Amino acid sequence: MIVTAVVVPGDNVDTDVLYPGKYINILDPMQARLHLFEGLDPSLRDKLRGSTALFVGENFGSGSSREQPASAMVASGVRCLIGRSFARIFGRNAVNCGLPAFVNPTAVDAVLDGAEVDVDLRTGVVRIGERDFESAPMQSVPKEILAAGGLVKWVRTRSTSPRS
Amino acid sequence: MSETLVQKIISRHLGGKAVKPGDVVMLPCDVVLGNDASTNGAIRVLHEMGVDRLPDPSKVVTVADHFAPAKDVISATLLKQMQDWAQEQGVAFYGQGRGGIEHTVLIEEGWVVPGSVIAGGDSHTCTYGALGAFGTGVGLTDLACCMATGMFWQTVPDTIRVVFSGTRRPFVRGKDLILAVLAQTGVAGATGSVLEFTGSAVVDLSIDDRMAVSNMAVEAGAETGFFPADGVTAEYLQSRANRAWSAEASDSDATFARELHIDLNTLSPQLAWPHLPGNVTAASEADTKKVDQVYIGNCANGTITDLRDAAAMMRGRQVANGTRMIVVPASRRVYKQALEEGLLQVFVEAGAVVSAPTCGACFGGHNGVMAAGERVVATTNRNFRGRMGSPEAEVFLANASVAAAAAVAGRIIDPRELESAA
Repeated sequence: MIVTAVVVPGDNVDTDVLYPGKYINILDPMQARLHLFEGLDPSLRDKLRGSTALFVGENFGSGSSREQPASAMVASGVRCLIGRSFARIFGRNAVNCGLPAFVNPTAVDAVLDGAEVDVDLRTGVVRIGERDFESAPMQSVPKEILAAGGLVKWVRTRSTSPRS
Repeated sequence: MSETLVQKIISRHLGGKAVKPGDVVMLPCDVVLGNDASTNGAIRVLHEMGVDRLPDPSKVVTVADHFAPAKDVISATLLKQMQDWAQEQGVAFYGQGRGGIEHTVLIEEGWVVPGSVIAGGDSHTCTYGALGAFGTGVGLTDLACCMATGMFWQTVPDTIRVVFSGTRRPFVRGKDLILAVLAQTGVAGATGSVLEFTGSAVVDLSIDDRMAVSNMAVEAGAETGFFPADGVTAEYLQSRANRAWSAEASDSDATFARELHIDLNTLSPQLAWPHLPGNVTAASEADTKKVDQVYIGNCANGTITDLRDAAAMMRGRQVANGTRMIVVPASRRVYKQALEEGLLQVFVEAGAVVSAPTCGACFGGHNGVMAAGERVVATTNRNFRGRMGSPEAEVFLANASVAAAAAVAGRIIDPRELESAA
């Protein structure tokens, strides 16, 4: 899919700057998105128009287990993340929210902020200009969860899921 | 078969199926934890999943701590909703005045035993590694999945072994050990791994010190960080474990991804500088920085050990003019013990404020947040930009002796310096 690249500069961009702790009592992603990037650079929010892909550095999303950074990204039209690496819990939350987080350092090196890029959300191949950049292979279970559209749908579709 | 401890724990939870690092499994959990921030999100997700009643409420624990006592109407509503839901579902609930900060509470109340798997809707669930448990933090959708299915997806981690040797010097605590580890790993060096804490010095570490160490494993990027159960663990659990357990350890021929060595004979009190927990130096290298506030508390360092250390530093002294000090006992039990030992009186006489147990300002929520341009020395676990309030505030992380010495001196000093001046 064609998306607009939004570059989030720096490494170790943590959850406190992505979404400050004082707002973790806001649970609606449509409300939470109003505080996305607040501790880092609120003007990044203005770049999230239409379908976007965030290009991020090392250890993106380190820190808290709060899910608002990922769910607010989805609510803001972010379709995927392309990063050098992701912190554990953020990476899980993104997948669980149906937001692919691809590890692809060379694509991060190559991209320019604002560029139109073509991302295959299934394989993680990122086309920038005439070049294809392959993402690191994703593991089986997160791949299945993403294919289902997130963990809620994955749980619902599994035969073992409990029904009351 | 040569297995690491984490492989053994995961394998046992899968009915004996052998696992290797990199495998992705659906891991059954023994205990599922939620707080007032994560539980309410999970309740929404449970509705979306179509789950009205939890299949096994007996393993779910909820704790009111992040915004408790309620800081505003939104928080009060969430706290009430969690309490009502807990009652309706029949899950354990520790409310205001009954519990305290989640990780301290679950450890104190016997929910955590060695070898168990605990998923918590809080990143510092890794604190349970102090008792040899695989405790790990998850987001609210994962939390709902654990409540609904009893399982979460987990990649089997490899293991970084951390060997502590030598003897602790004065004013050195668990906090300094983990800050020394972070100085080596940085904030992402243990991503995809668990930290396993071993070595001859471990036997000298109380559960409180071990909590301080395990609590910050996530700050190295780790899945969790644990101490294999030993005599110290057994003694601590004797009167509180709520289920049976047995001690396990990595096999002697197990393969480790990496090994780190920390020699306590040469380790002095440490300090993490803004804005990363891995920006670590000796505390003595910062001795001119004026301090606006000192914060003693949080899920690992609001223990009775921390309060005793701080009180020892404060006794007969005053908080410096121009400096504020807040002491946040982590739980009702810690609060009561400190009351009985006269520690709270020491703090109040010194000009400090003693607060109700809460996560409070540790995550910038309420109860002592910082203004722009201010500097705080905290016994907490994160010093990211904006973590404790304004993005223009500076957070330094240290043990309780270093923090209390800073309160007395009004600047960051090595506690040994304050002692020698007395």
